Amino acid sequence: MDVLKKVPVREQDAKERATNFKEVCLGYNMEEAMEEASRCINCKNAQCIKGCPVAIDIPGFIEKVKSGDMEEAYQVISRSSALPAVCGRVCPQESQCEGKCIRGIKGEPVSIGKLERFTADWARENGISPKGAEEKLGKKVAVIGSGPAGLTCAGDLARMGYDVTIFEALHEAGGVLVYGIPEFRLPKEAVVQKEIENVKALGVKIETDVVIGKAVTIDELMKEEGFDAVFIGSGAGLPKFMGIPGENANGVFSANEYLTRSNLMKAFQEDSATPIMKGKKVAVVGGGNVAMDAARTALRLGSEVYIVYRRSEEELPARVEEVHHAKEEGIIFHLLTNPVEILTDDNGWVNGIRCVRMELGEPDESGRRRPVVIPDSEYVIDVDTVIMALGTSPNPLISSTTERLDTNRWKCIVADENNGATSKEGVYAGGDAVTGAATVILAMGAGKNAARGIHEYLSKK
Amino acid sequence: MFEILEKKQLNDTIFQMVVRAERVAKNCLPGQFVIVRMDDDGERIPLTICDYDREAGTITIVFQVVGAETKRMTALNKGDYFRDFVGPLGRPSELCEEEIASLKQKRILFVAGGVGTAPVYPQVKWLKEQGVAADVIVGAKTKDILIMEEEMKAVAGNLYITTDDGSYGRSGMVTKVIQDLVDEGKQYDVCIAIGPMIMMKFVCRLTKELNLPTVVSLNPIMVDGTGMCGACRVLVGGEVKFACVDGPEFDGHLVDFDNAMKRQQQYKTEEGRAMLRLQEGDTHHGGCGNCG
Repeated sequence: MDVLKKVPVREQDAKERATNFKEVCLGYNMEEAMEEASRCINCKNAQCIKGCPVAIDIPGFIEKVKSGDMEEAYQVISRSSALPAVCGRVCPQESQCEGKCIRGIKGEPVSIGKLERFTADWARENGISPKGAEEKLGKKVAVIGSGPAGLTCAGDLARMGYDVTIFEALHEAGGVLVYGIPEFRLPKEAVVQKEIENVKALGVKIETDVVIGKAVTIDELMKEEGFDAVFIGSGAGLPKFMGIPGENANGVFSANEYLTRSNLMKAFQEDSATPIMKGKKVAVVGGGNVAMDAARTALRLGSEVYIVYRRSEEELPARVEEVHHAKEEGIIFHLLTNPVEILTDDNGWVNGIRCVRMELGEPDESGRRRPVVIPDSEYVIDVDTVIMALGTSPNPLISSTTERLDTNRWKCIVADENNGATSKEGVYAGGDAVTGAATVILAMGAGKNAARGIHEYLSKK
Repeated sequence: MFEILEKKQLNDTIFQMVVRAERVAKNCLPGQFVIVRMDDDGERIPLTICDYDREAGTITIVFQVVGAETKRMTALNKGDYFRDFVGPLGRPSELCEEEIASLKQKRILFVAGGVGTAPVYPQVKWLKEQGVAADVIVGAKTKDILIMEEEMKAVAGNLYITTDDGSYGRSGMVTKVIQDLVDEGKQYDVCIAIGPMIMMKFVCRLTKELNLPTVVSLNPIMVDGTGMCGACRVLVGGEVKFACVDGPEFDGHLVDFDNAMKRQQQYKTEEGRAMLRLQEGDTHHGGCGNCG
C-alpha cells in the first residue's frame, strides 16, 4: 500500500452508468475503509475539523473506523451531523476537510468523505439510529423547509429536547436533496429517506404540503399555533433565465424544472405519470454542479449533451469530481461559449442555439477573469432542447408575508452569520434563503448555528 | 391525506369534489388554486378552487378529464383520499384587494367558458357577499355540457347563458354576447374572463377594441406551483412572468396568448401516450411505433 495515496474507491463503469440511474460511486467496503482510515495520523490540532462547516470530530470517528468500531464511529459523526450519508456523497471535501488534511501536503489527503459515507451506510444497513433527547424542554420550534438547513436545525433542536415541526411545501421532505440532486449521485430511497427517518426518530414531526406564506404565515405560526421560535430554511428556489430571445420556446427548461421532473417526480422511470422531454441533442447552459446534474440526467435519458459555459474549464464552478464524471460519461463541453439566441421552428420548438465565442479578459469583482465576446464568432449548435442552469434566487413568498423581516437587495433574508438571528425576534434563518445558492454542507452549517442561536434565545426566555 | 367528502359529476367530463383541507380553507381567497396528487405515483395537478367553507375546513374543486391522470382521478369516490392537497397557491383576485366602497361603484362583467365557470363562481359569490352584483356570461358548446347554472344564478346580478350551437340560452360564442350586451347599451368598467386559452384570446381582442380592461386567469403547465420550476412562465407585456406566483390572473391585454398556447402543447405527445397506456391497459404493447 502506498501511504501517500488514497485507497481507490470503486465506481460503476462510465459506459455502463451512462445508461442507468444507479449510483456512480460504489463506496468502500469494511476492509478498504479500515485501510484508508489507517492513513489518518490523528493530528492533535486537527485542521480537517476547522475545514468542516459542522465541525465533525473527524480524527475521532476515523480512529473508530480504524479499529472497526463502526457503531461508535457513527455516534461520533451524528453528534455533529444529521445527514452523514448525504454529506459523504455531495460535500466538496476537496475544498473543506480534505483540503486541510496534513496528509495532503505531500500526497493525497485522507479520503474523509468516503469514510464518512461508509460509516453512515454501515449504520443504516445495521439499523443504528442517532440518540435522541432524554428530557423534553416543553418548547415548540417551527422549521420551514426540509432541505439540508432545515433538517440539520431540526435535528439539533430535537436532540436538545425541543418539540420541533418541519413544514415542507412539496409533497416529500428533503428539499434539494430530493428534487435537485439526481439519483445517480444521491439515491433517494436508500439514502435520503433513511436520513430523514433518522431525523424523525429524534422526535421531529414533518408536515408536508404546507406553503408558509400562503396557507399560514410565520406570524400566525407564532401567535396562533404556539411556536416559540421559527427557523427559515426555505432555500433559493427561483430559477434564473438569461433574458435572450427564444427563451420561452418549447423545449427550453430551467434546470430546476428538468431535475424536479426527473428526481422528485421520477420522470426518468418509464411508467412515471409525470413526463420529461427526452431531447435528441441537449444544450445545458451553465458550469456549476446543477448544470452537471442536468447534463448527466439528459445523457442517461438518451440525449447527446453539450455543456455551454462562457468561461474556461478552470473557472467551472462545479466540483472537479463532477466534471470528471461528466466527461467520462461522454458529455461534450463547449467552453468559452455564450448563447445569444435560441432558435425555433414554425411551431415554436427549439431547433438550435446561437452562440458566440469568448476569451478571458481582466479579472472581475469575483476575481475570475471576465469573459469577453470575440467579434464575428457566432455559430449555431444544433439542439432540440435547452436547459438553463444559471443559478437561483430566493423565493420572496416568506419575506413578503412576514412583518419586519429584513432582506437585502438580492431578496435574501438578512441573518447573523453566527447564530442565524434575523431582524424579527424569535425568527432565525439560514442556508440558501440567506446566502443565495450555495452547497448542502454550508446550509447544514447555517442550520446548526441557528439551532444554537435558537437554544440561547429560548433558554433566556 | 385529504378526505373526499362529496363527489358529483357535472357533465360528461367535468367532476366536482369537496375535500377536507383545513389549512387551505383557512386563508384561501377567490382566484387562487391548489395542487393535488392522487397517490404516491401521481402527477402534481393544478386545480381551481371553486368554493371554500372556512368553518367546515373544506375546499370544493372542479376538474375536467384532459389526460390520463385526470381520467384516473375520476375513479376516486366519497371516502377516498388525495395523497396531497396543497394551497392556496397563486395570488388572490385583484378584486379581493380593493376597497369595498370602490368595488360597489364598479360595473363588473365576468365571462366564463366551459370548465372556466368553476373559478369564476367563487369570485362572483365573494362579490355578492360584499354586496356587489356582477353580470356573468357563461358559454358552453352545447346545453348538456353547461355546468353550475343554478349556483351561478344564485350569486350573479344578471346571468347570460350562451351555447355555441344555440341549444340553450343565447346562441353563439361568448364574444358575441359581450358585443350584443354593449350594443344593447350595457356599460362595464372591468371584465374578468376565464376559460379555454383560445376563448380568452378572442375575448381580449374584442375588449381591447371596446376599451374594456380585462383580467384573465391562466392555467399553464406547472410542476411545483411555488415558483421553483418556471414551467408556467408566460409572456405578459413582453416580460417573463411565472403564472404560479405572479398570477394566475394577468392583464389580458398584455398576455401573449399565442406563445402561451404553444407552450401548453409541450407534453401533448407524452400525454397522448400515457392516455393510450391507460385505455389499453395490459393490451398496450407499444407496437404502433409511436409509443414506448
